[in-house]
Amino acid sequence: MKIYLLRRVLAVIPVMIIVATLAFVLIHLAPGDPASVIAGPYATPDDVGKLRRQLGLDEPLPMQLMHWYGRLLTGNLGDSIFLRRPVTEAVLERIEPTLLLTIWGTLIAVLLGVPAGIVSARYHNSAVDQSLMGLALLGLSIPNFLLGLLMILVFGVWLGWLPVAGYVPLDEGLWRNTRSLLMPSISLGLVQSALIARITRSSMLDVLREQYIVSGRAKGLDERTVVYKHALKNAIIPTLTVIGITFALLVGGAVVIETVFNIPGLGRLIISAVLRRDYPVIQGVVLLIAVSYTVINLLVDLAYLVIDPRIRYQ
Amino acid sequence: MSSTLEAVRGPVAMERPASSERWRWLRLLFRRKIALIGAVLVTVNVIVAVLAPAIGRWDPLLLDVKARLAAPSATHWFGTDDVGRDVWSRVIYGARLSMIVGVSVVLFSFVAGIVFGLLGGYYRRFDNVLMRVMDGIMAFPGIILAIALMASLGPSVVNVIVALGIVYVPRVARIVRGSVLVIRETPYVEAAPRPRRRRRDRALEAHPAQLPVARHRAGHVHLRRRSPRRGRAVLPRRRRAPQIPSWGNVLAEGRLYLQQAPWLTLFPGAAIMACILGLNLFGDGLRDLLDPKLRGIQGAAREN
Repeated sequence: MKIYLLRRVLAVIPVMIIVATLAFVLIHLAPGDPASVIAGPYATPDDVGKLRRQLGLDEPLPMQLMHWYGRLLTGNLGDSIFLRRPVTEAVLERIEPTLLLTIWGTLIAVLLGVPAGIVSARYHNSAVDQSLMGLALLGLSIPNFLLGLLMILVFGVWLGWLPVAGYVPLDEGLWRNTRSLLMPSISLGLVQSALIARITRSSMLDVLREQYIVSGRAKGLDERTVVYKHALKNAIIPTLTVIGITFALLVGGAVVIETVFNIPGLGRLIISAVLRRDYPVIQGVVLLIAVSYTVINLLVDLAYLVIDPRIRYQ
Repeated sequence: MSSTLEAVRGPVAMERPASSERWRWLRLLFRRKIALIGAVLVTVNVIVAVLAPAIGRWDPLLLDVKARLAAPSATHWFGTDDVGRDVWSRVIYGARLSMIVGVSVVLFSFVAGIVFGLLGGYYRRFDNVLMRVMDGIMAFPGIILAIALMASLGPSVVNVIVALGIVYVPRVARIVRGSVLVIRETPYVEAAPRPRRRRRDRALEAHPAQLPVARHRAGHVHLRRRSPRRGRAVLPRRRRAPQIPSWGNVLAEGRLYLQQAPWLTLFPGAAIMACILGLNLFGDGLRDLLDPKLRGIQGAAREN
C-alpha cells in the first residue's frame, strides 16, 4: 500500500513536467510577447529589444525553460511581469473566490445529483424516475454560462433578489459572500448534478440486479436497508470517479462563470495573463490547476479503498 | 474442404438482412419516442443550417442603426442587436457555423484519438509515453488549453476546430486504447487465422469491434464541445474579426445588453439548448438501439 502510494505520487511528476512544458511551449509560440505589450505600439524595435533583455526574454527558449524548472524546484514560481510581484502572491490573492465557487459547485452537484440518482433507481421506470431523468437531461443540455445568464436575467434583473454580478469577499461577512456566490455556484453545479444523477442511477440499477441484493431482500431486510446500506456502497464508486472528473470540469467552468459574473478569481487572472502574455502567471496557474486535478483524482482512488475493502492496490 | 466452406457460408449468407430487415433500425427508432424527438430536433437544426439563406429573411450582417435594440416584432421576429442586425437571421446563420465547427471537431478528435489509441493499445513500449502525454493534456484545464491554443494559432474558424479538437483527443484515445487492450486478449482475436509474423496487423484489424464504443463516444464529444466553445465566446477577446455569426458570438455580444434587450440572450440561448437537447435525446436513444446488451437488460428490468 505504501509502495502504491509512493508510486502514484511519483507518477505525478512526469505528468507535471509535461503540463509545465506544454504550458511553456504553447504560450511562447503565441505571437507577441510581454516586452512588446509593455513597450506599446509606438516603441522602436531597439526599446523592445532592451526590455526583452531586461526581462530575460532574449535567452533561447530551452534556457528559459531550464531556468523556470530550476526555480520551480526551490518552490519559486517566479514574478509576474505585469503585476510586479511574485506569482504565488497574486495567486493567493485570487484563489478565494475560485476555491469557494468550486466547493459550492461540487456541493450542489453532489447533494442534488446523488439523491436524485438513488431515488430514480429505486423507483425505476416510475413517474418520479422519468421526471427526474427528464430534468437531468434538460440540465445536461444547458451550458453553464447560459444558465448563469438566464439566472442573472430572472433573479438579478427582473426579480432583483440577488446581485447581478460581482463578488463580496469572505471578510465582509459569510452571508453577503454566500449571496454573491449563490447564482454562480448554482450555474456551475447544476449541470454537473445532472451528470452525477445519471451515473448514480445507472450504477445503482446495475447493483440492484446483483445476487446479493436479491438474497438480502429474500432474507427479509427492508428495502431501505437494502438500498442505502448494501447497494449504495457498491453503487457509489462510479459516482466517485465522476466527482473527480467533475472537479476538473468545474475549474474550467469557473473560468467562464467568473467572466459571466465578474468575479475576480483565478480564471480572470489567467485570461488576462494569456492576453498580455504574462508568462510566469500562466505557467504558475496552469501548473497549480493541474496539480490539484491530479491530487483530487488520487484522493478519489484512495476513497475507493475506504468504501470497498475488496479493492487493493499494489 | 469446399464442402466445409459451404457449410460455414450457408447459414451466414442466410443471416444477412433481407431488405425489410435493413430498415429495422428505423422502425426501432420510431418505436422509441425519445430518440425520435431527438432525431427531429437534430434534423430541424441541420435543415435550418443548410437552408439559412432561404429562411434568414435578412442579411445577418446588415446594419440598421435606426432600428437598434428593437424588440421582437413582425419585421424582426427575434428583435435586433446593438447595431440593428436582425437576430432571427443571425441565429439561423449561426446554426451553420456551429454545425460545421461541431462536426469538424468530432471528426478531428476521432481520427487523431483513434490513431493514438490504436498505437498506444498495440505498441506497448509506445504506450507509456503516449498515455503520459495524454494525461498531461487532460490535466491541463480544457478551456485554458483552448484559449492558449487560440492565442498561438490566431483567430480563425479552422483554428477553433484544431484547438477544440486537440482538447478532446486524449479522451477518445484513452477509450480506444482501453478497448484495444481488452479486445486483443479476447478469444476471437486469438482464434483469428494468422500468418505468424503479422500479429500486430491482426490486433489493429480487431478494431471494428470497438466501433460501437467509439460511436457512442462521438455523440458525447459532440455534446461536450458545445459548452467550451460557447464558453470561449463569452470570454473577452482582444481582436474581433468582423463576424460571421455563431450562436456563441451572438450571445457574447448580447450579454452586454441583458437588461435592455434580453432577446439577444434568450433566442440564441434557446437555439443552443434545443440543439444540445436534441443531440442528447438522440444519443441516448441511439445507445439503447445499438447496444443489444443494454436492450436485454432493460427488458429484464421491466420484467422484474
